[in-house]
Amino acid sequence: MITRILAATETPNPLLPAIPDLFWSSVVFVILLTFFWIKVLPGFKKTLDERTEAIEGRLAAAERAQAEVAEKTAEIEKAQENSRSEAAAIREQARAEGVAILAELKEQANQEAARIAATAKAQIEAERQAAIVSLRAEVGTLAIDLASQVVAASLKNDKVATGVVDQFLADLESSEKAGKGK
Amino acid sequence: MNLLSVATSSDSGNGFHAPSIDEFYPEVIAFAGTPFALNRIMLIRLIVVAVLLVTFWLVSNAFSKSIKTKNFVPSKFQLLGEIALNFVRTNIAHDQLGKKDGDRFLPLLTAIFFIVVGMNITGIVPGFNIAGTSLIGLPIVLAVAAYLTFIYAGLKKHGLKFFTNALFPAGVPLPFYLLVTPIEFLSTFILRPVTLALRLTMNMIAGHLLLVLCFSATSFFLFEAQGFFKAFGAGTFLFGFVFTLFEMLVAFLQAYVFTLLTTVYIQLSLADEH
Repeated sequence: MITRILAATETPNPLLPAIPDLFWSSVVFVILLTFFWIKVLPGFKKTLDERTEAIEGRLAAAERAQAEVAEKTAEIEKAQENSRSEAAAIREQARAEGVAILAELKEQANQEAARIAATAKAQIEAERQAAIVSLRAEVGTLAIDLASQVVAASLKNDKVATGVVDQFLADLESSEKAGKGK
Repeated sequence: MNLLSVATSSDSGNGFHAPSIDEFYPEVIAFAGTPFALNRIMLIRLIVVAVLLVTFWLVSNAFSKSIKTKNFVPSKFQLLGEIALNFVRTNIAHDQLGKKDGDRFLPLLTAIFFIVVGMNITGIVPGFNIAGTSLIGLPIVLAVAAYLTFIYAGLKKHGLKFFTNALFPAGVPLPFYLLVTPIEFLSTFILRPVTLALRLTMNMIAGHLLLVLCFSATSFFLFEAQGFFKAFGAGTFLFGFVFTLFEMLVAFLQAYVFTLLTTVYIQLSLADEH
């Protein structure tokens, strides 16, 4: 009974801390404050920072890669364009050259033809000259023949003589006409 | 309580044991009579410290590992730790103080938050069944830390003008300072830490008493009451269950409130005008 009354009077006030309570509370607080301060939070902050950095870095790298690819594509397209235009130029040149060669060949052919024609003309002229010369020579002998015949005939008949001369001239004329007609 | 204790003593022996404030003063287990006397509640606190240390040690190891391996995709465990730490960092510290000052005071705020959560939750952990914060010593230590911190923050930022700013708010007619200054002194330098400590302790004491009441009543109705009264046991058990869930919420909420108020006090000290 007495102990119970004593216990009742000793009922502690919940607003007043006991010394051990304060002591252990301080221990708890100091340990955990130090732990969070030194061990946990710096690592936490660093992790978050590095993660942010890594994400930003990766984004930048991706952007760089994309830019590189775009650049390369542009380069390839440019090269393609270049080779296309080069091919076109070569084709154009070849065509022009072809035309030039053709023209040259035609020119050569024309020249050759002209030359052949000229040669032929010259030859014909020469032959004609030769013919004329030989004709003249023949005319000489013919004249002599005629003269001798005239001389021989005149001895018989003047009429015959004139007839012979006329005949001769007519022959000559016709033969000359035939030569010219050739 | 008197009525209940009369009922208990008249029953003599078996019967309904009403919860009393003595719940919070269990037998001393070791170091009796010294300032290091250990009782059940102190042991629970030390166990909570151990659990927090181990848990956050593992989280911290996960951090160093991810920094070392440059693998910034967190594991599930690491993610949980990050969410918990980020709650204090972003939702409390950065929201109230901004990034720079928030990070400056983050260690204190984080420590307070996790100590209070951890100590509160033991109130509903089977086998512990009492909150480490239900003895006023720990809330007092935390409140003193908050108190010293917000005074330090003010002094560091404004020098001695911090006190004049706090005690003599600008724009008050001179005679009114007779009235305003004592009120400001009381509210800022006395009531802030006192209410911080008392709010937490009283919430935990009330929660514990409520749970003890519900479950000892359940036990009484089920095993000692006669006939029809046994049915009351189901009702009281349901109440106990609901209050257990409620205590879960309170455990978190009180930690949030304690940390948030500490942050707000620091923010008020840092503010340029009071």
